[in-house]
Amino acid sequence: MWGFYFHELMRSLPFFLKGVWMTVAVSGLSLIAGTVVGFICGILRTRRNKIIRAIIGAWVDVIRGTPFLVQIFIVFFILPEFGIELKAFPAAVIALSNLTASFICEIVASGILSVPKGQREAATASGLSQYQQLRYIVLPQAMRTIMPPLVGQYVLLIKDSSVVSAIGVVDITRVGWLTVQRIPEGIMVFGLVGLLYFAICYPLINLSSYLEKRMTVMTVKL
Amino acid sequence: MLETFNFRVIVEYLPLYGKCFLATLWLSALSLMGAILVGIIACAMRLSSSRIASRSAGAYIESIRSTPLLAQLYFFYFGLPSLGIMLPEWLTGVIALTLNSGAYYAEIIRSGIQAIHFGQIEAGIASGLSYFQRMRHIILPQALGMTVRPMLGQAIVLVKDSSLLSLISIVELTRAGQTLTSERFMPTEGFLTTAVFYLVIYYMLKAFSNWSEKRLIFQEAY
Repeated sequence: MWGFYFHELMRSLPFFLKGVWMTVAVSGLSLIAGTVVGFICGILRTRRNKIIRAIIGAWVDVIRGTPFLVQIFIVFFILPEFGIELKAFPAAVIALSNLTASFICEIVASGILSVPKGQREAATASGLSQYQQLRYIVLPQAMRTIMPPLVGQYVLLIKDSSVVSAIGVVDITRVGWLTVQRIPEGIMVFGLVGLLYFAICYPLINLSSYLEKRMTVMTVKL
Repeated sequence: MLETFNFRVIVEYLPLYGKCFLATLWLSALSLMGAILVGIIACAMRLSSSRIASRSAGAYIESIRSTPLLAQLYFFYFGLPSLGIMLPEWLTGVIALTLNSGAYYAEIIRSGIQAIHFGQIEAGIASGLSYFQRMRHIILPQALGMTVRPMLGQAIVLVKDSSLLSLISIVELTRAGQTLTSERFMPTEGFLTTAVFYLVIYYMLKAFSNWSEKRLIFQEAY
């Protein structure tokens, strides 16, 4: 029986590759949007404006404190009540970008705060504008602290993208779920699903620990 | 939409939410205890001098960390019956959550243990303490103390991850929101109430985390 199911599974491999493409598309779009929004919010969070800081802080807490599954249900089921009809794919990208942005916001804020104050003061003394300070002095140094957890966050993003299968986006997990109805060998089907995720995530995890090592050595040299 | 927000339905469903809230707490607490136990064992194996133990623990940790929880959950949910093992859903869910968080706990504990100065372990060996005595009296008290904060962070993640159990038809908080949505067609009321309950757990754990950190610093100074 195993041989037969294995053969069947191999025949549905193109279907799995479509799922991989969907996972990559959802995570890729959310990665770009989440990184942009996260960096903006992270920079705003280190500003002196207390109201903006409080708003961003509350937003981060709410996103961190609730499960992603609930967030995606809220986006998918509640936004239509306000007149915003969304298909599953854009709803998934919005929810996932929002989640990623809130985490990246924290990473960027702590990275910026790790840059010694003297650097900023020296930049002010040299007559650099706010934007120039950020662009040429603070961010390049902060990137050293930001990079390793940022890549780690991307791994989490890809893993969290499996949850969007709950609203019917046909990603790898959903393909596995659909296949297992036809080929009742859960271990084999979800073993393949796991393998596909592993192939995407494992290089990123290694990149993260490599960056961590490299960045630490650089700090010691300074 | 707030003007049509139906508080009466929420009050009507409050007993269900209470029951589901307790179910989430109970499932999470059970998985948390299991995960810490699995984490300690996996970490001990990872750091042991036996190559087989170290390799197998490493393979376990890496494969869990690079695949999403949802895929692991389906792996057990669909996979165990095909091996002829019939378990109730909640047990399948707890096993998946335990093994998932166990890998993360193993990494957290490992980072705690490796932060302990090697001289301490050597001193333990020199004093004639056995492996278990060293673990029990020297290594674990320090490692666990150092890792309280990341461990509570992982506990928050675990509580949020338990929402995925609703996808294999376990009755917990997220399921309560789905029930309200399907019975009354009120997703706003349903999922926002669910989110509030999760936030309650989140803020409790966060407050506990802050409190314990202050306390630990106090002990160190003392």
